[in-house]
Amino acid sequence: MNFQFPDLTPVLPEAFLVLGALLLLLIDLSIKNKNATAFISLVLLMVTGFTVYSTPSGVTFGGMFSVDAYSSFFKYIFILSAAMAILVSGRYLRWRNEEHGEYYTLILLSTAGMMIMASAADLITIYLGLELMALSTYVLAGFIRGEVKSNESALKYFLLGAFSSAFLLYGISLIYGLTGITRLNLVASAISESGLVDNPVLFMALLMFVVAFGFKVAAAPFHMWAPDVYEGAPTPVTAFMSVGPKAAGFAVMARVFLVALHSLQADWTTVLVPIAILTMAVGNIIALSQQNIKRMLAYSSIAHAGYALIGLITGTSAGISAMMNYLIIYAFMNIGAFSIVIILDKGRVPASSDRLDNFKGLAKTHPVPAFLMLIFMFSLTGIPPTAGFMGKFYLFMNAVEAGYTFVVLAAVFFSVISAYFYLRVVKFMYMEEPEEGEIPAASMSTAPVSITIVLAVTALAVLLIGVYPEALLAMAKNSALIF
Amino acid sequence: MLAPRASNAGIKFWALAVTLLNFTLSIPLLTNFDKTTWKWQFAEYKAWISAWNINYALGIDGISILFVMLSALVGILCVLVSWNAVTTKIKEFYVAILFIEGAMIGVFCALDFFLFYIFWEAMLIPMYLLIGIWGGPGRLYATIKFFLFTLAGSLLMLVGIIILYLKSGGVFFIPELMSLSGSYPLKLQLLLWFAFFAAFAVKVPMLPVHTWLPDAHTEAPAAGSVILAAVLIKMGAYGFLRFSIPFFPEATKLLAVPMMVLSVAAIIYGAVICFAQTDMKRLIAYSSVSHMGFITLGIFALNTNGLEGGILQMINHGVVTGGLFLMIGIIYERTHSREIAYYGGIAQKVPVYAVFFLIFTLSAIGFPATNGFIGEFLVLLGGFTKNRTLGVLAATGVILGAGYMLGLYRRMFFQQLSDNVKALVDLNLRETLTLIPMFVLVFWIGLYPNVFLGFMHASVEHLIEQVSNGTGGMSLAQLLLER
Repeated sequence: MNFQFPDLTPVLPEAFLVLGALLLLLIDLSIKNKNATAFISLVLLMVTGFTVYSTPSGVTFGGMFSVDAYSSFFKYIFILSAAMAILVSGRYLRWRNEEHGEYYTLILLSTAGMMIMASAADLITIYLGLELMALSTYVLAGFIRGEVKSNESALKYFLLGAFSSAFLLYGISLIYGLTGITRLNLVASAISESGLVDNPVLFMALLMFVVAFGFKVAAAPFHMWAPDVYEGAPTPVTAFMSVGPKAAGFAVMARVFLVALHSLQADWTTVLVPIAILTMAVGNIIALSQQNIKRMLAYSSIAHAGYALIGLITGTSAGISAMMNYLIIYAFMNIGAFSIVIILDKGRVPASSDRLDNFKGLAKTHPVPAFLMLIFMFSLTGIPPTAGFMGKFYLFMNAVEAGYTFVVLAAVFFSVISAYFYLRVVKFMYMEEPEEGEIPAASMSTAPVSITIVLAVTALAVLLIGVYPEALLAMAKNSALIF
Repeated sequence: MLAPRASNAGIKFWALAVTLLNFTLSIPLLTNFDKTTWKWQFAEYKAWISAWNINYALGIDGISILFVMLSALVGILCVLVSWNAVTTKIKEFYVAILFIEGAMIGVFCALDFFLFYIFWEAMLIPMYLLIGIWGGPGRLYATIKFFLFTLAGSLLMLVGIIILYLKSGGVFFIPELMSLSGSYPLKLQLLLWFAFFAAFAVKVPMLPVHTWLPDAHTEAPAAGSVILAAVLIKMGAYGFLRFSIPFFPEATKLLAVPMMVLSVAAIIYGAVICFAQTDMKRLIAYSSVSHMGFITLGIFALNTNGLEGGILQMINHGVVTGGLFLMIGIIYERTHSREIAYYGGIAQKVPVYAVFFLIFTLSAIGFPATNGFIGEFLVLLGGFTKNRTLGVLAATGVILGAGYMLGLYRRMFFQQLSDNVKALVDLNLRETLTLIPMFVLVFWIGLYPNVFLGFMHASVEHLIEQVSNGTGGMSLAQLLLER
């Protein structure tokens, strides 16, 4: 039996990150000031990012792991969101006496899992990456051990996540049973060659995948976990969760649906269109009645997943590049918005911390965070000249071109509805008086430098991409060429 | 935005200086304008987002030049009228005003459809803040209503823009789109016509989507009302002139009479409602609905008189209603009441103010020797030529206009001196200076309209030619050559 040692060059970033995370876990035992752990984790992420940049395209592990421009684009998103999440975590955890080094290790491992997912060219590798990411995130959600809500969110996430992983495995086993293969591109050829296209079992497998991935990106009707989990988890973790796993889910979906199940495009499009519309509807409509900013942003995340699904539905290379472009813009907008929530954090006062009413009169008391929140809210609505508009425009353009004008009209309709609750935050900040007796906790001058850096980066990104989206667009287009 | 907050006077003078400079810089546009050609002049072009063939292209022609001048003038007047009226968040207020002025001029100059859309939407943010922060008691309701209505229309227009882009083979350049106008099938033309109609009808506003206007105009601060009435609503009519008519000639010809019917309905409905108003700002707001009815009547008559009358009336209405809102702002600063019943016989106390108000009232009615007469006469002539019944009905609107305007004047200025206004002080120098430009324009346009009509002749002729023959416009290469 010929056993060839796999070429490890393409896997270098992930291997480095995992080893680095494990080493960090050990080193952390001797570190007193957890800021140092945070710093080391940031350095590790930076080096990983550089490694991603310099790793040439290639396939390894017998074709199960593929590095190409597509996976690199997503890896940059993951590393960026992880870095930003780490930067905003420090004070939040410290004020709750839960600042442990394991936190940073878990974020790094979760990121590694996502990176494996993005590069996965085989169904088993997808599962591997997904589980690594998910298990780390489950623990992160429950990190504030003393808070009931945090425990509840971790448990809910774990139970529902495990359930959806089971669906994924069942789908994978069905595919294996039908074709005897789990490699994505080989599955595609197997399906077309053996005439399996109309096989109902294959369609079942497709549905299983839709359920599993739908859960991961919080698409309706698999979104129920998102508001509770987002609300209960520590806010930096929520910021991380709302971006990373979602983008990873989309990365995997595009590969599975466009490569492996390419012949079934008519089928999965028919399934995804109502899901996308339902997701946008649920996300935008239910957000209207929220009183808690984290829940509101959770429903807004659900809605944005709906918009990104439009890009997936088109099934074209341009559509996927629109989806990718939207995901990175969404990363900046969302982490920015959550960073403002973090900067207003008051420490261990759980019930009142995240109320929307806390934003009242913010423009008077803290003008700079208020203004930045204004930018993020308008960007999330999709008003020019912000990045959110450019992202949506590109999505709409490709969707209309692919013939899905109806879906675009639905997206437009729900965007108008979304304006109400995003502007409600602006209204509270600028047009209402601060509440009696509430002393907002943080001003820009007392906030840690790390949060200020994240805010500056995200706000600048939103504004710059809004005015000059070309660079990002070109990168996304280049990355989607594999489809 | 970077100015220190403390120096309020510094901020105001800076704003004044910028607006004055802006206006001075736009005077050469008038003096060097070539009136003999319909082609765009003073064109500016820079590649922006080459992936979508979007360029930063600006230029003016006979139709837009007068609006650019009006916007620049309104900017100065708004700064002047708010000098003492705005006492909170002064820096932000003037930032918003300057931003809006920039966006307004951008809308009129844009030669790239995407750029036009960006300017069109970008105005929403500062307008929302302007009405919501510095407005009257009902401002929160008014501003979100304004925002949602306008956003809904604009997003539908966005879908239309995308479809147009794809159908024209990837063209955003407006003159080029004009040259392609004859080639679209009628069904597509109608579809796109309605998509654009959504946005422009909300902006104008036409019945039945006019309901945002009374609230927004009434609750906005004086400067906001002036900007809204003088320039913003003209953009809707400008949209019809610049896009709906030249791009979709067949659809326009089909829909011209229904649009005229809608216009006459607006004229009569707006006028009749004015009789029931007790709030003077609301009265002028509804009179705007009525006057915009005249404008759209003239435009959709699609003959030289109607079009030129419509465009001139747009300028006139901007001057007159802008002037009226300026005057209301001035008196509101003194008495803080918008109720007509609050006043009475104030001509005895503020004679100079009374004269200005009388001149603007007469112009609003369409009294000969004022600009209103020229505009309304041309509009009625054009409308009557196209359709006798509608012309006659529209003329009744003139009588109704006289009714409510003179009624307002009588109730405010003549009759018994009301107790509330015994201590009224007449206009000071700054206020007089604010009103003089509009005053001069009323008579200048009224007695020697050719100065202003002269700018439009070539462009209007070209527009009529486009509608009748479906030809016209130019390609980007030609525009660059002509520069």
